[in-house]
Parts: sequence; C-alpha cells; structure tokens
Amino acid sequence: MTASATRRHPGLNLDHGDEAAQLQTEELMFGFWIFLMSDLVLFALLFATFGTLRHALAGGPGPQTLFELGSAAKETALLLASSFTFGLATLSMKHEHATGAVLGWMGLTLLLGAGFLGLEVHDFVSMTDKGGGIDRSAFTAATFALVGTHGLHVTFGSLWIVVMMIQVGLIGHRRDDSPTHAAGRRKLVDRVHNRMLRLALFWHFLDIVWIGIFSFVYLGGLAR
Amino acid sequence: MSKAPGYRDELRSYVVGIVLAVLLSGVSFALVAWHPASLRTTLWVISVAAALQALVHFRCFLHIDLSRQKRDDLSLIVFSVLVILLMVGGSFWIYDSQMSLMQPSAA
Amino acid sequence: MSLWHALFGKLGYDALPFYSAIATGAASMVVIGALVTVAGLTWFGAWGTLWREWLTSVDHKRIGIMYVVIALVMLSRALIEGCLMRAQQAVAYDQKGFLTPDHFSQLFSTHGTIMIFFMAMPFLIGVINFVMPLQIGARDVSFPVLNSVSLALTAAGAALLMVSLCLGKFSTGGWSGYPPYTEIAYSPGVGVDYWIWALSLSSIGTTMTGLNFAVTIYKKRAPGLTLMRMPLFVWAALCTAILMVFAMPPLTVATSLLALDRYAGAHFFTNGGGGNMMNYVNLFWLFGHPEVYILILPAFGVFSEVFSTFSAKALYGYTSLVIAVMAIAVLSFTVWLHHFFTMGQGADVNSAFGIATMLIGIPTGVKIYDWIATMYRGRVRFSVPLLYALAFLILFAVGGLSGILLANPGVDYQVHNTVFLVAHFHNVIIPGVLFGMLAAYHYWFPKAFGFRLDERWGRISCALWTAGFLLAFMPLYVLGAMGLPRRTVSYTEAAYHPWTLIAAGGAALLFAALASLIIQLVVSIRHRAALAVPAGDPWDGRNLEWSVAAPPPEYNFATLPHVDGIDAFARRKSAHDAYPAPPAYEDIEIPRPSALGPAIGIAGVAAGFGLTWHIWWMAGLGLLLAIGAVIARSFVRETIEVIDAATVAAEDRAWRALLASEPAVDRDAECASANRGLALPEAV
Repeated sequence: MTASATRRHPGLNLDHGDEAAQLQTEELMFGFWIFLMSDLVLFALLFATFGTLRHALAGGPGPQTLFELGSAAKETALLLASSFTFGLATLSMKHEHATGAVLGWMGLTLLLGAGFLGLEVHDFVSMTDKGGGIDRSAFTAATFALVGTHGLHVTFGSLWIVVMMIQVGLIGHRRDDSPTHAAGRRKLVDRVHNRMLRLALFWHFLDIVWIGIFSFVYLGGLAR
Repeated sequence: MSKAPGYRDELRSYVVGIVLAVLLSGVSFALVAWHPASLRTTLWVISVAAALQALVHFRCFLHIDLSRQKRDDLSLIVFSVLVILLMVGGSFWIYDSQMSLMQPSAA
Repeated sequence: MSLWHALFGKLGYDALPFYSAIATGAASMVVIGALVTVAGLTWFGAWGTLWREWLTSVDHKRIGIMYVVIALVMLSRALIEGCLMRAQQAVAYDQKGFLTPDHFSQLFSTHGTIMIFFMAMPFLIGVINFVMPLQIGARDVSFPVLNSVSLALTAAGAALLMVSLCLGKFSTGGWSGYPPYTEIAYSPGVGVDYWIWALSLSSIGTTMTGLNFAVTIYKKRAPGLTLMRMPLFVWAALCTAILMVFAMPPLTVATSLLALDRYAGAHFFTNGGGGNMMNYVNLFWLFGHPEVYILILPAFGVFSEVFSTFSAKALYGYTSLVIAVMAIAVLSFTVWLHHFFTMGQGADVNSAFGIATMLIGIPTGVKIYDWIATMYRGRVRFSVPLLYALAFLILFAVGGLSGILLANPGVDYQVHNTVFLVAHFHNVIIPGVLFGMLAAYHYWFPKAFGFRLDERWGRISCALWTAGFLLAFMPLYVLGAMGLPRRTVSYTEAAYHPWTLIAAGGAALLFAALASLIIQLVVSIRHRAALAVPAGDPWDGRNLEWSVAAPPPEYNFATLPHVDGIDAFARRKSAHDAYPAPPAYEDIEIPRPSALGPAIGIAGVAAGFGLTWHIWWMAGLGLLLAIGAVIARSFVRETIEVIDAATVAAEDRAWRALLASEPAVDRDAECASANRGLALPEAV
C-alpha cells in the first residue's frame, strides 16, 4: 500500500496533510457522515409523515391551490447552482487558488442560499395568505414541518458559510503561506480545510434532501 | 498508483454532475408544467428521476463511488438506506392496513 | 400582552408546589439538596476544582464518572417515586389513598421518563465512556469536546426534570406521552412541555454520543486490535452506538411534531384538522424499540466481561456472541409494532411483527447458553459482580419468556394495558439493565477510583435488589392476568389487595437496596486504604483496561499497546509478560479542557425552561448562547496541550516500581486487603 492510498477519508478530498493530520481528517469526516445519516433518518421520517398526511386536507386548500410551480423551479435552480458553486469553492481551496477565488465562490454560494431562503419565506407567506397556514390541516402542518426543517438546515448552513468565510479570510487556506510559526499555522489551516470539507458535505447533502422535497412535495402535489 | 486528479478532471466531475442534475430535474418539472403524460406515468418518471438525481449528486458532488477506499462510507450509506426502508416501508404498511380497516371503502 | 407575561411567561405564584404535602416535601428536598451542595462546595472552596477538573474536563473517564453520578442521583429520585406508587396502590383498595389521581399520574410519568432517559441511559453511556477507550487501547474518544457537550445536554435535561418538581407540574401523560391526551386541548399546563424539552435535550446529546462512540471504535483501536479481537463489551458498545445514531431521530421527530401541535396549532396528532395520533405512536416506537436494545446491549457486554473474568476463562463462543449482538441490533429495527398490536392494523401485519419479535429471542438465547458455558469448569468466584450476573441469568430468562408470550398478538390483546406488561418490562429492565449497570459499577469502580467497594454491603445490596424485585414485580404478573390496568390510582376489587400489599413490601426492600448501596459507598470510602488496589488489576482481568494503574493516568496508556489476540491482557499475563516495559516514551498530546460543554448546558436549560414557560426572551437567549458558544469555540486556536515524555516516563516508572513492590495475590485473596491489584494468574 502506498502512502497516498492509505491517505483516505470519506467522500470529498482536500488531501495534502501528513499521516496524523490525515487520521484526524478521517475521523472527522466519518463522524460527520454518521451525523448526516442520522439527519437523513430524521428527514426520511418527516417525508413518511408527509406521505401519510398528504390527503388529510380537513376541507382546507390542497397542493394545487397552495403550491407555485414557478417558485419551486426557481428554488431548485438556486439550490442546485449553489451546490455547484460550493463545489468550485472546495476545488479552489484544494488547488490553492487565490484566497479571493475561494471567498468569491463561497460568497456566491451564500447569495444563492439566501435567495433560496427568500423564496421559501415567500412560499410560506403565500400559503398562509391563501388560507393554508401551518394550523389549517394535517397536510399543511406536514408540509411546513418538512420544508421548514430543510429551510432551517439551509439557514444554519448559511451561517456556517459566513463563519467559514471569516476563518478563510483570517487564517487563509494555503498551507505554505508563511514560513514563520509553520507548524502551528499549518494546524490552523488544516482545521479550516477540515471544516470546509464538512460544510461541503452538509451543503451537498441538503441539495439531495431538496430533490426529495421538490419531487414528492411540490411536483407530486402539483401533477395532474 | 494513479496520480492525484488535477483541477480540470475534478472540475469535469462537477460540470457533469450539474448538467445531469439540471436535465433530470428539468424533465420532472416539464412533465408537471405541460402534463404531456398521464398522471401515473408522470409520478413514475418523477420518482425515477429523483432517485437517479440523488445518485448523480452522491457520485459527482459527494464523490462516493465503488472504489475500495470509499467502502466505509458506502457501507454506512447502504446500512442507513436499509434502516430507512425498514422504517418508512413498515410505517406505510401499518398505516395503510389501519386505514383500510377504519374507513368505509371508496365504493 | 402584559409586562409580567413578557418577562415571566406563564410563570405565576400558582406554579409553586403547594398543591400537596408530598409535592411540597419533594420540592423542598430538591431545594435543600441544591443549597447543601452549593454550601458544601463553598465551604470546602471546591468551586475552582469542580470547574477545572470536572465540569470543563474533556477526559472520557471523568465524563463517564459524571454520567454515572447523574444516573445514581436520578435513580434515587425515581426509585422513591416507584415506592410511593406501590404504597399508594397498597392502601388504595376501596379508598382514595394518599395521592390524588393527578399527582399519581405525574409520578408514573416522571418515574418512567427518568428511569429510561436519565437513569439507564446516563448510566450505560457513563460506563461505556469510562471503559470503552481503555479497552480499545485509546487515549480518549474521537471527539472529546463533543463528549462533554453531550454530557451537558443530558445534564440539562435532568436539570429541567428537577426544576419541574419545584415550578409547575410535570406531564401526566406517561413516559411515552401519547396524544391526543398530551395535546394542548387536554393537557393545557406546562407538564408536557417540560417532558418534550427534557427529552429533546437528552436525545440530541445521546445522538451525538452514539456518533462519538461509533467513530471511536471504528477509528481509534490500538494497533492489532481487529474487529474480531475486540472485547465483547466493545462490540456491545458499537451496536448500541449505531442504534443511538439511527433510533434517536424518530423520537426527535415525534416530540418536535407534538411541540408544533402545542405551540403552533398544527394538526399532526390532534383529533380534528386531519391529524392522526397513530402517527405519533408509530414514530415513538420506531425509537422506542431500538431504545430497549440500546439499554440492554451494554448490559450484555458487561455480563460478558463479568462471566469471563470471574470464571477465569475466555468467553465461550465469542464469534456466536458477536453475531448474536449484531443480529439483535439489526432485528431491533423490525419489531416496533409489537408495542401497539391493539391499535387496529390487520392480522397479517400483527403476525409479521409478532414473528419478528419471537425471532429476537433466538440470539438472546444463544447468549444465555454461551454465558453458562463460560462458567462451566471455570475458576468461578462469587464476587458481587458475578452475583448480579447470576441473578440476571435466571431472572432475565423469565422476563424474556414473558416477552415471548407478549409477542403473540392474541395474548397481547388479552393482557395489554394491564400490569402484566409492567411486570414484563420491569422484569427485563431491572435484572437486565439495572443489574448489568450495578455489576459494572462494582466491577470497574476500583479501576476508576483505585479502591474496591465493600464486599459485605455489596452482597447485602445485591440480595435486597433481587428479593425486592421478585416481591415487587412477580405479583404484578398475577395482577395483570387478573386484569388490573396499569397506572391505576385506586380500585375496588378485593382480590387485588393481597398482591398489591406484597408488591409494596417488595418496593420497601428495593428502597433498602438503594440505601445499602449508599451505605456501601460511605463504608468503602472510609476503608479505602484497606481496599486500595493501586496496581490496577484486582480481578485478574482479561482486557486492556486492567493493564494500567488504578486510577489510570489522564492519557490512559504511557505507550499505546499492541494487540495480538482476544483477551489481550490475559494473553500477556499467561506469557509472563504482563507489563512489558516500553523502549521509549514520547510526548503525548491531550485535548485541553473546554468551557463549551457547560456553556451549552446552561444554554440548554435556559432554552428548555423558556420554551416550557413561554418566556420567549429566555428561550431565544439560550439558543443564541448555544450558537455563539459553538462559533466562539471554532475560533479557539490552542485546543491541545502536550504532556512531555519525561513526565510520562516518570509517572510510568513510579507505577512500575509500585508493581514490583506489591504482592501478587491468587484468587482466594481477591476480596482480602492483601489484594493490592496485582494478580497471580490462575492456570485453568
């Protein structure tokens, strides 16, 4: 086994570190994968709840009245684009492009995420205005819970992006930036890299959950 | 031992991913927007497209594949999917059984 | 909205516990206990030590001990509540008794909630935390700070439950909190909210703990410790961890949706608005059944260690035990419906889940036989841990058999919602989980504190637990078969009365068992010099945790051990190379203490209390504090400190000098003061 073959960790890879740092990264990434899978179970059960309650309108408005296809399409486009831009942010980091490039892609991702959240708030307000607030029926409650939980995740992800932009700005992302305090600095940069990797997993994961939401909640509800 | 992939190779993976994702979600949205197919077909296509798109995201964005060094995560994901299938499938089975016994039939 | 309401939410003078003398007394005990603790800490000037050495510690051993302390405190409260309920039923034949129905309902709700979430869970998490990294030859868990945060969240949940004794009334909806009764329409008070937030805090903590344990076992094992060489306790910990990761989310979903119903007027589980309370039951037991195995698997692990050590033999059928543990872990996701056979699904569904339930009996039976065969022709010593293990072996088999009865939907229809069920689950949880944890407590206490627990009081306590359990719960089988519904505050059926009297006598014995545990602790601390085992191996142990000093150094192992087979330490001892001197020492990096845990704990209590009482500023503040603390932590630069090689070498050599000076004792002297923790290996 060559050294680089043992340097492995789940999923994405920003790989350059030494053996110990690599082991640390492996642990962190595996732990984060486990967290994501636990979160996936949570979403799966929210989907199941939505599935069992999707016809429980209690005389209230249904998906055809409440959902807007255009809005769902825009949200999908924004989130998909943000997944792509965040991928470019991690690539820029891995290939040690200028800090400005990394920050630029991250900033763009943040804007797309914010746009997504804005549209989602618009959806919720418009549903409530049309008489389909969270307290109207089991169907609206299940919709708000599922879509809202995803939105909450995107909100926390956005906050995380802000924090990471600050850290990339303060600490930098290149390992050979400064010859002084090399070891200590390197650890900090490693930490930034590890956090970016986990954030990337989180962001891409949210996009996968969104596939389920637009397909089964919005398109499934609007299909005739 | 293969060389670490370069920037362009990796970029290609993301580009392929985004193109496939746009195509797959585009098909689903188009079917609902212009309903050229029956409801049944539409729902089937949406489901299959969603599953495929999830696979594309896992492959191109999360870089999960069948190679040896990804086995840990792959088996974790597969086990998670098994648990989810048990939970969600079982729930629907139970729920449908209850509903069929509780409500007067549609006819 | 009035200023009062903005500041204090639903709090008012009527929240104070003056509705009954017992409630007032209980609240006074909590307040007095807190005041005494605060006064004592101040008197001894121990606040600094408490903060530096314990609350901010990220050492897995200290975190484990703190978990067990929480568990023992909560055990005391919930056991007293159980005694009150048994006493009430003993006197409530044809009269009201001394508890109001409302108060009785609070008692069974807190008793169940505490025993599951704040006694059994912290106990087993604490034991795994302490033991598992030592057994796999690691210096700590994978994420030590996260470990401290998990502890803080559990403590925050426990704190909410204690506060609920003093302010407001707790839920009357049972430990499972079924709607529609727990909906705002039928339970308008704050009790259900207390329950929801206490559970949410602890279940987030438990999910993180599961994640932490799983990664630790996957990634931090000593060189050579392959999966199939792991001690069985580690296998049990791994399966428990996996169950925690996958089984806690359903609970989070169930309680969150219930919270949405109560706070936002949603209709998930309401009678009207299209809600369906069966969804709740389904979600709750999707969590609840794996939870049962989260509880029992670590106990199985403990018993495996105990049978093997106190028989001085390798476990019989190691591979079959591993397969059995894994089979139980997977099957536990396929049986949740047996908790609601009578909810109205078809016979086909019921029979499928009934059969799956009976299947779980098979791997459990395999384990029982393996444990018996482990003792066969072993050098068996009837020390306290083994006594608990023997009591478990017999009583758990009975409990398991009544479970097989209940797995039959037809039988279940007959006895569901009677105390037969109460008898069954106490019959598996007390001899299974509680005895397992008490065995672990006696077994690993010398490792944690450097001295053994008093043997005589340990035997007395074990006898009282066993006799008390039998007297308190065997009558409930009879009562259940006679039709006494569970959670009954009073009754008029004369035939019940003798049995409830016997059960109350059993409860008194259980109380005495708890008291003798406390006496044992006091006696042992007084005689700690005579009970000391500084060399670290009082039981002729077989795994790596016994190969270091007692208590172990902060970094566990001066040099990381290499493992070349099952029962790593026993192999070294039989090769007469028990304590190989390392060629060289290296600097050891350990994580620095962190205030993140305590900060999250305080934030959790504030958020939970604020949400419960609708004090929105407090809830918001708690949430902001939690987020802010996590972000602030991410900017901390120095997170590790280094213990230099010279210090490690000095400490290790001091311990080796002690090893050379202590007498090696054989197993006849195990419980004598000659036992200083250096074992003379038995030839079996």
